[in-house]
Amino acid sequence: MPESALATAAGLFAGYDPGAFYDELLGAGDDHDDATFRILRRIDQIDFATLRGRARDAENELFNLGITFLVYAQNRAIDRILPFDVIPRVITATEWQHLEAGVQQRTAALNLFLADLYDGQKALKDGIVPAELVLANSHYQPAMAGLKVPHGAYVNILGVDLVRDDAGVFRVLEDNCRVPSGVSYVIENRHLMQRAFSDLIDDIGVRGVDDYGGRLHTMLAEMAPPAIPDPHVALLSPGPYNSAYFEHVFLAREMGVPLVEGRDLVVENDRVFMRTTDGLAPVDCLYRRIDDAFLDPRTFRPDSVLGVPGLFDAYRKGNVGLANAVGTGVADDKAVYTYLPRLIRYYLDQDPILESVPTHICREPEGLRYTLDHLAELVVKPVGEAGGYGITIGPKATAEQLAECRRKLLDDPGNYISQPMISLSVCPTVTDAGIEPRHVDLRPFALTGRSTWVLPGGLTRVALRRGALVVNSSQGGGSKDTWVLS
Amino acid sequence: MVRPPPPLLARLAEAAFWLARYVERTENLARLIDINETFARDSRGACNWSSIVALNADDMRFYARHAAASEATVLRFYLLDGDNPTSILSSIRAARESARSLRPHISTELWGQLNTFYNWVLALTESDIALPRISRLCGRIRESCQTHAGIADGTLYRDQAWTFYQLGRWLERADQTTRLLDIKYHTLLPSVDDIGSPLDASQWNAVLRSASAYHAFRRAFPRDLEPGQVAEFLLFDSRFPRSVSACVHNVATELGELRRRFHLRHTSQVMESVDELTSLLAERQIDQVLQHGLHEFLDVLQGRFAGLTGLLSERFFDYAPTRGGVAMRETAG
Repeated sequence: MPESALATAAGLFAGYDPGAFYDELLGAGDDHDDATFRILRRIDQIDFATLRGRARDAENELFNLGITFLVYAQNRAIDRILPFDVIPRVITATEWQHLEAGVQQRTAALNLFLADLYDGQKALKDGIVPAELVLANSHYQPAMAGLKVPHGAYVNILGVDLVRDDAGVFRVLEDNCRVPSGVSYVIENRHLMQRAFSDLIDDIGVRGVDDYGGRLHTMLAEMAPPAIPDPHVALLSPGPYNSAYFEHVFLAREMGVPLVEGRDLVVENDRVFMRTTDGLAPVDCLYRRIDDAFLDPRTFRPDSVLGVPGLFDAYRKGNVGLANAVGTGVADDKAVYTYLPRLIRYYLDQDPILESVPTHICREPEGLRYTLDHLAELVVKPVGEAGGYGITIGPKATAEQLAECRRKLLDDPGNYISQPMISLSVCPTVTDAGIEPRHVDLRPFALTGRSTWVLPGGLTRVALRRGALVVNSSQGGGSKDTWVLS
Repeated sequence: MVRPPPPLLARLAEAAFWLARYVERTENLARLIDINETFARDSRGACNWSSIVALNADDMRFYARHAAASEATVLRFYLLDGDNPTSILSSIRAARESARSLRPHISTELWGQLNTFYNWVLALTESDIALPRISRLCGRIRESCQTHAGIADGTLYRDQAWTFYQLGRWLERADQTTRLLDIKYHTLLPSVDDIGSPLDASQWNAVLRSASAYHAFRRAFPRDLEPGQVAEFLLFDSRFPRSVSACVHNVATELGELRRRFHLRHTSQVMESVDELTSLLAERQIDQVLQHGLHEFLDVLQGRFAGLTGLLSERFFDYAPTRGGVAMRETAG
């Protein structure tokens, strides 16, 4: 806590110590923001038992409202809430300006890269990105070659995972260009805080997140075939047993559009329709929350029962919009990520606004050698996995785990990258033992149709176990409300 | 400007229909168990639990699991047994699954209440269904169903899904009333010769209370309590909201909504079928019904309800693209 704040912390924050990590609420100490200070003081004055009681009520409400994701245990689907921590993460107006511009720039570069990749491949020919890295990628979709999408917008919904190092510098950890999830928690967390902790948020000046649904609907309408004046949008979900089903429901409801499953849709004469009580009704744009491989059994995986036969042909003919476009996964590959600063310079002739994490590509001999030589200091990640699976954190790994990692690296070097361990920033978090620092990350969301809009803030995930660095919900992570100050 | 009503996915129409049915079914079952426990004791104080099994047509399933219909086995079978599809747990689970599909169409409050209700039912144990607590337990289940109905009434958007929800509620209620009458009537009066024999008034009381009908019945028949009057009341009294006539009338009204407000093209055949049902009820006097056999009449009604469900399913829920044309963009909203 900064000197000025520490001196007066008589309550909950007495004894709070973030250690060597950057603290999201306390900041660097000297440049302390007024509003953040007021928030700190308000929390400091709450009695711990009261705070915990209110926090428990808030979590019960999440469960009762069914704001849950499904996990599978012993062959049964169980509803779990994403654990919620009531102490907000605060982003100042200046910090947000920087992040917003950085996310916009990244979105632009990713879309230009995809447009180029599926039509012309200039960047490959100019040697900016190794061609084999992209063309051999399992998410590269040759079927997309030459197909134009409206406004050149491939990644209509982008989630950028950011972390903050011990110097307080935001760094991009990865881009999520396929079907990024989590935005529903951003909005529900805010509603929850407004109900349960209105005394905390009062008069602070926090930027709203409520217009996400409206913005999403507008963007999707922009992705429909241009000739249609009042396009019909629907959200395509794998159904109630998908772990993110709550979010699909949430977004369909926020947009006021039908939530459809593959079996509700039919393609006739390369046009997409949904089965209604009164026959077939046209659909002009789908926000699909299904991976490429399952979209259309005729074009992609023939065993998919989630998709719609003929959907891709309708898409190819320009009769239906799909968001995100097919084949965007190639851009969020962890190896391609390494080249993004170069791609930003190449397409936009700008310096990258957001820092990346230095990355060693194990498919390249120098990268592999460096990784093997420094294994105990590095974080090794498989390139195609999401959800925090398959990661080896060198400084925390046992000798056995390191040996196992070394074996995998030598077995299939192309599947891995390595990065230095980033000292993730922390945020005060309610624990059994009082308020303690816990590591957090940030996933802002950007919507792109005709133009790009970034939702103020994003999803703050928090690793609830002391010292834990992996924030994914599948690995015991929770979330916090993210307050962007106006 | 208010946009024209959007089309409704066939799958969701079906989910709305079944959501209402499952909750209605649960309410009826809870009431039946409660009444059976409280009022339907015979002169020696024993309860006839097998009639509940018979009423639900569960004999095969029940006796495959339990040797005899005792209070303990019947309560477990209908309250806790998640493998029994007619248990309260299974019904509420099915209602919740329907509601899960319908979440974009229903209010957060409706989902929240059902979700809380389900989690509570799921957590019930043997000790919760012990006899001393059963009446309060059934009361709470019934009230939760009624809360559901109240939230639905007070918060659901009056779109097509609401109409299908209503259809489900009325059809299930009509069906439940015929079943209640059928089983209880014949348990108490096995043959026509028994008519006029001394009555156990408390038993008839229980039949009426099972349908929440006792006080209403008293207003229609202040002095007497004859089996024929009970049957007449539950079948034909259009002022009583659980009578078969009242429910069928409401089914007809909701179908009219589908045609008038939502312009669904496949309504006619379903309407015809309900019109026949309405005349069937309107043309009968209770004496005729009893003369020709109450059971036979109730059987005909139950067959009609099943037929109606099949017809709704065929016309609205299983919509196959080959059967009709493409909805016009203008009417599709």
